[in-house]
Amino acid sequence: MSKRLRVNPILCDAHGVCAGLLPELISLDPWGYPILAPGPVPAELESLARRTVASCPALALLLEPSLPALARETR
Amino acid sequence: MTGEIVELAGDAADTRASWAAGSAELPRVLPLVPVQGLRAHEGRYGGPGLRGTALIAEVERSGLTGRGGAAYPTGKKLRTVRERAGLRGAVVIANGMESEPASAKDAALLARAPHLVLDGIALAAEATSARAAYLCVRRPAQADALAAAIAERGGYDPVPVQLALVPERYVSSAESSLVRYLNGGPALPEFTPPRPFERGVRGRPTLVSNVETLANLALISRHGAGWFRSAGTASAPGSALVTVSGAARSPGVYEIAFGTPVRDVLALAGGGGEIGGVQAVLAGGYFGSWLPGGAALGTPAAPDTLSAAGAAFGAGIFLVLPAEGCGLAETARVVRYLAGQSAGQCGPCLNGLPAIADALEQVAFGARGSGRGAHGRALRWLRDLFGLVEGRGACHLPDGVARLAASALRVFADDVRRHERGPCLAAHGRPVFTVPPGPAQAAAPARAATARTREARG
Repeated sequence: MSKRLRVNPILCDAHGVCAGLLPELISLDPWGYPILAPGPVPAELESLARRTVASCPALALLLEPSLPALARETR
Repeated sequence: MTGEIVELAGDAADTRASWAAGSAELPRVLPLVPVQGLRAHEGRYGGPGLRGTALIAEVERSGLTGRGGAAYPTGKKLRTVRERAGLRGAVVIANGMESEPASAKDAALLARAPHLVLDGIALAAEATSARAAYLCVRRPAQADALAAAIAERGGYDPVPVQLALVPERYVSSAESSLVRYLNGGPALPEFTPPRPFERGVRGRPTLVSNVETLANLALISRHGAGWFRSAGTASAPGSALVTVSGAARSPGVYEIAFGTPVRDVLALAGGGGEIGGVQAVLAGGYFGSWLPGGAALGTPAAPDTLSAAGAAFGAGIFLVLPAEGCGLAETARVVRYLAGQSAGQCGPCLNGLPAIADALEQVAFGARGSGRGAHGRALRWLRDLFGLVEGRGACHLPDGVARLAASALRVFADDVRRHERGPCLAAHGRPVFTVPPGPAQAAAPARAATARTREARG
């Protein structure tokens, strides 16, 4: 099953480690927070993505199975 | 006390007559006079009819959608939570927070028909196999009145309703905030998924429903899907509460049938635009989008039609901008307020929202003789900022701010060009919209307030 990256914005502290390790899929915004490339993680980058997730000092980066769209959140 | 009940019973008889005729007469959900006391409530509405899975099926047939803003199908939500309830049971949360400053409909409903909402909570709890039910509000006076109503019900409800007084903040009405608060945390948005219907209060599947939605549920239990669909349109059945403010002679809360043209909605509030008519309407409130006057007035007020027109029905909020107002200045004040409401949990929101507020103020007020270059730079920076905040928060606050500001630049494009030479007269005139106090008062004490309420609840 294909995987996708997700960042927990509450935990993320803009250390920027992820963008250094996986520039193919992660860039940084003007404040240093990661911007993830949309879509699933290409198979050839999956092991690097897994190492990047493990290197996040805030444990804010997640590698998850791509799930079908869930019901929208209500306000 | 007795006299009051007799008086209300007379009012109730009239309303029952219109239901018996199967007509789509309003009001349905929001009585004109408060129905206080369980006896008066039963006299007016009678007892609930359909319950349990039969009620879920009827709600699905009715086409009822959530009245808190997202317009998600209520029947589908009920069924999902029931299916996930299992042996542990589910939890029901009635959302009466109404943190949106431009909305007053939930407060009006809770004041005038508290037992209709409580019936809806009881029915939803029964239908989803819930073990616990909560009613979340943010004003102490509301909580006192509702506590008295709940006390009257005694053993009336299968699951007793617990009242939660939740700290007041724009983002505290997000469903994940309520779940987090009831789990002992701060009333701030949580990273999702898992969503509350998957894993909510104490890990149980949790139904979070707006109080107006639950009042409709209580009426569908009594009168059925056919009756419910006799108001509104095929794609947006039923009635909805709206709050009209800004340039309206009689601002306030009204009940409309979905599909009523915005022009007629504003007419209920005495019409909009004192002198030159309606310049624009902010449909959906602070979480919505601007529509130019002409386009807005002819649009049917319903979730599908307003979305198609580029705005939103949201929680039924209509802010009216008169011809003499400055839409950029009004929006800049609202955006500054919303930026101050960021919980500060997510970097893109914490940094991006004040940056959007700054840039929009530059465009609207052309601060401190900054000249043409600054105007153009602010506009280009705004376009970048919208992309930098959208979808990057735990909740939808950054998305809402970007959407609102972008709609202002679109609808008031002529004003944007004119403001290049400096702000218009209206920009520094008296504001049309009443925006709550800014970040200095609102941002800092949130966590302190959480702790205080928690002790009081103890």
